[in-house]
Amino acid sequence: MISLEHVYKSYENGTVAIEDVSFSMEDGEFAFLVGPSGSGKSTIIKLLTGEIASTEGRVVVNGYDMGTISRRRLPALRRTLGIIFQDFRLIENRNVYENVALAMHVYGAKNSEIKKRVPYVLGLVGLQERMWEMPRELSGGQQQRVAIARALANNPRTIIADEPTGNIDPELSAQLMTLLSKISQQGTTMLVVTHEHDLVNQFAQRVIRIVNGRVASDSKGWYQE
Amino acid sequence: MNRIGYYFREGVDSIFNHGLISFATVCVIVACLLIMGSFASVALNVNHIISGLEGQVSLLALVDDSWSEEEARSIESQLLAVDNVSSVTFVSRAEALEEYLGQLEESELFDEVEPDILRDRFLVYMEDVALMAGTQEQVRHVPGIAKVNAHLGIAQGMVSVRRVVNIVSIAMIVLLLAVSVFIMSNTLRLAAFTRRNEVAIVRMMGASNGFIRGPFNVEGMILGFTGALIAFLFQWALYSAVINWISASSLSFLQIIPFSVMAVPLLVCFLAIGLLVAIFGSRIAIRNYMRI
Repeated sequence: MISLEHVYKSYENGTVAIEDVSFSMEDGEFAFLVGPSGSGKSTIIKLLTGEIASTEGRVVVNGYDMGTISRRRLPALRRTLGIIFQDFRLIENRNVYENVALAMHVYGAKNSEIKKRVPYVLGLVGLQERMWEMPRELSGGQQQRVAIARALANNPRTIIADEPTGNIDPELSAQLMTLLSKISQQGTTMLVVTHEHDLVNQFAQRVIRIVNGRVASDSKGWYQE
Repeated sequence: MNRIGYYFREGVDSIFNHGLISFATVCVIVACLLIMGSFASVALNVNHIISGLEGQVSLLALVDDSWSEEEARSIESQLLAVDNVSSVTFVSRAEALEEYLGQLEESELFDEVEPDILRDRFLVYMEDVALMAGTQEQVRHVPGIAKVNAHLGIAQGMVSVRRVVNIVSIAMIVLLLAVSVFIMSNTLRLAAFTRRNEVAIVRMMGASNGFIRGPFNVEGMILGFTGALIAFLFQWALYSAVINWISASSLSFLQIIPFSVMAVPLLVCFLAIGLLVAIFGSRIAIRNYMRI
């Protein structure tokens, strides 16, 4: 569950990144967070992952109030999240299996669990056959699927995908988004940040549009500037 | 257990990934520990030798010559009650004369001399010769004691030598400890730098500071313990060589502590220092990566 109530964020140099942003997502809901570059999408992601704190307002993620959470509890919050980045952020000197397993090591999973779970999640993204390969041996789309498998490894309550299709071609983008949509149907809250109109419009999902740091619209269906 | 296994794998991998730097770090730790150990060994032996010599330094308490030998002997318990006095030995006039004559080459010239010209006396041994002046003063006030002779200069000299050796040793140990921590932190800083992307990724996955530190702590501990063990072996060889040299030289009268007596404490100290250097080194090295 995600909830933002009248959230403001301004930086020390005086830049106001977001103003009076409010929206919430129930468990298992899928939503696109859209808007042009510099609209404040990244700020919202950083608020949700605890990288920055809001100047005003209340942010709650999976039951953790981000305004009062201590630094010591922040890792516990992050372990309830799966985060997918535009640039994949795979570890280059580890193979696919190890990249996914690392997330489970962080979680403190047993080796026996890791051995079962990693092939399973790689199977979900269609990469079970390639789990011993290094990231550089995979295409961009495959690398992003590894990142999705890694995000799924600990069965997170919420997945935040920050421009997950930014570095892959349109056809693969649609496949990837279908995959995320299916994952969401299993009960995982899914917030996908993107600025790709065409992609969003292929899916009849909730679209939260941010413009100049404010929520310009929040409805199901189409994304238009 | 899984995490410990993970930390070990990561730590060992990192050591081999920066093989040359790891080797250099171990060499520096060995050198620092060897110098530290050598200074500590010298300090321990100087203390040991001086303690032996101090045990032979005594006050000479002369009994009032109007007191009979029986009366003089009765003072012993009062002398033993004085602070810092460890033991006393009574020397009668006759024994004192005999000892004096024994030191002379032509003692027959003194055949006619009666013991009465000397006084009964006590040799007063102390627990701490640094307190000799105070002890001398207290002994002087014991009823029946007429005079107390003390070689304050010798006692002071021993105390000074012991103090200088201890201060120099401690200063060297602290300095070399700081050098070791610095070198170790630089090695681990390099390891942390090469893994900074990985650290950022696992941080976003929810890794705690402990999880991030784990591999660096293990890497530091392995390097520290390896350096400590090698330094111990070198110290052993060096110490044995020095003992052999001393026993074959004109200094063979010196009572050197056998290595077997020092081996276990030295090994424990080396390992503890290795651990300490690893912990402090890794803390310094990765503190920049601990910010959430």
